[in-house]
Amino acid sequence: MSSRDHISHKFDEEVDAVTTNVLQMGGVVYEQLSSAVTALLNCDKSLAEKVVADDVKVNTLDVQIDEMCNRIIVMRQPTATDLRLIMAIIKITNDLERMGDEAKRIARQALDLVQRGALPDTFDCMEQMAERVKEMLDRSLDAFARKDVDEAFLVIGLDNKVDKDYENLTRQQITYMMEDPRKIHASIDLLWSARSLERIGDRSCNICEYVIYLVKGKDVRHIDIKDLEAHL
Amino acid sequence: MNNMMEVQNLSFTYNGAPAPSLKSISLPVEKNKVTALIGPSGCGKSTLLRGMNRIHDLYPGHVYDGSIQLLNPDGKSYTDILSLKKEAEMIRLRQRVGMIFQKPTPFPMTILENIAYGLKLSGVKRRADIEEIVEKSLRDAALWGEVKDRLNDDARGLSGGQQQRLCIARAIALKPEVILFDEPTSALDPISTLAIEEMISVLRESYSICIVTHNMQQAARISDYTGFMYLGEMIEFDQTDTIFMKPAVKQTEDYISGRFG
Repeated sequence: MSSRDHISHKFDEEVDAVTTNVLQMGGVVYEQLSSAVTALLNCDKSLAEKVVADDVKVNTLDVQIDEMCNRIIVMRQPTATDLRLIMAIIKITNDLERMGDEAKRIARQALDLVQRGALPDTFDCMEQMAERVKEMLDRSLDAFARKDVDEAFLVIGLDNKVDKDYENLTRQQITYMMEDPRKIHASIDLLWSARSLERIGDRSCNICEYVIYLVKGKDVRHIDIKDLEAHL
Repeated sequence: MNNMMEVQNLSFTYNGAPAPSLKSISLPVEKNKVTALIGPSGCGKSTLLRGMNRIHDLYPGHVYDGSIQLLNPDGKSYTDILSLKKEAEMIRLRQRVGMIFQKPTPFPMTILENIAYGLKLSGVKRRADIEEIVEKSLRDAALWGEVKDRLNDDARGLSGGQQQRLCIARAIALKPEVILFDEPTSALDPISTLAIEEMISVLRESYSICIVTHNMQQAARISDYTGFMYLGEMIEFDQTDTIFMKPAVKQTEDYISGRFG
């Protein structure tokens, strides 16, 4: 349902404004993730530093959105869809903020790698995993923007693949570490980054769960994906 | 059944009106629960409430169809209150199903007499009995502390919120089984409103309550069940949480979220 049809136009505007801010925040976090991954794969020191510095943009939006939600709750006492939207936004914002932190963490690992100068042999697995996680975040934001439950389900389904990527990457790096102990440090940096990516994938799934909650009014957290569709 | 009252397929047409104001309404009033009726002005919620103790019948000529079952004192069988005809039965019905109106309606007499009046009419004679019931009713209506030292003052000297609680005390003095509230707080300030709401949540333990309110947050706060009415029909009836968090019918959703055209 659109927010456009409240009797109070001001309420419509407030809901639209906060929704826009969430999407804007999502855009900033996606940008941060994307830059952090690029910085890591290209060992780009200045880009990594930029990501670390730009985390403040995410945090500022986080605080701003919280304030807007507080205002709406106090002034409008939202019910039904409106209530679920505000609840979903508060939670999505929280997840986005944490994703921003993970992106910053990846950028820090990139800086570590550059500083030590001992680079990993290959970024293959990492690159593939990063592409998948970026896709998940992008599509979860899209599902929220369009309140698209089908898309939300599809994104949740992608998480298994990311978990597989993570497993493969771990196995690959263990092999490298055994072959050449001098690369252990670089491998550990990569593993930490992969861990962050994996977390971002999980949080993208959270966003999708809130989208389902928002549209269907059903809390689907902590339910196995196989039982999920049957639930609705 | 655990229902104190049950409105079944009730249609109601005002005297001389071309169309019914209530169209086949069904509504359970569960024992020791608060049931709220919400809906825009003119949707029939007050009409329904006033049918439930047949206060409409103070003026003749209205047409009822369907039935309104009221649990008998035996706790098992039900009586259709629409079958009552005699004046004495009606008076008895209105004792069992009391009503509180939007505007406080204290009688032009002392606080004590306001409550004692109905008691005397219903046959309580002994002064000691009357005083005991007066005190208990005022305590139940959370008014005793404020008026115990001035029971012989004129009731019209009380504040609006106090007058409303006095009316509630007057109703519960007659030991009703159901209390109907018709927008009991719409003429009161927020603090008096909270006092009445708090009182309703206590009264709920001993009475079954049905309340009409325009304040949706009030319905959400104090009721267990909520019915949404529109144009004389019961659009949706469910647990209050469901109605306010995830209503099944779009019209309900539109109304409670302020989208109603």
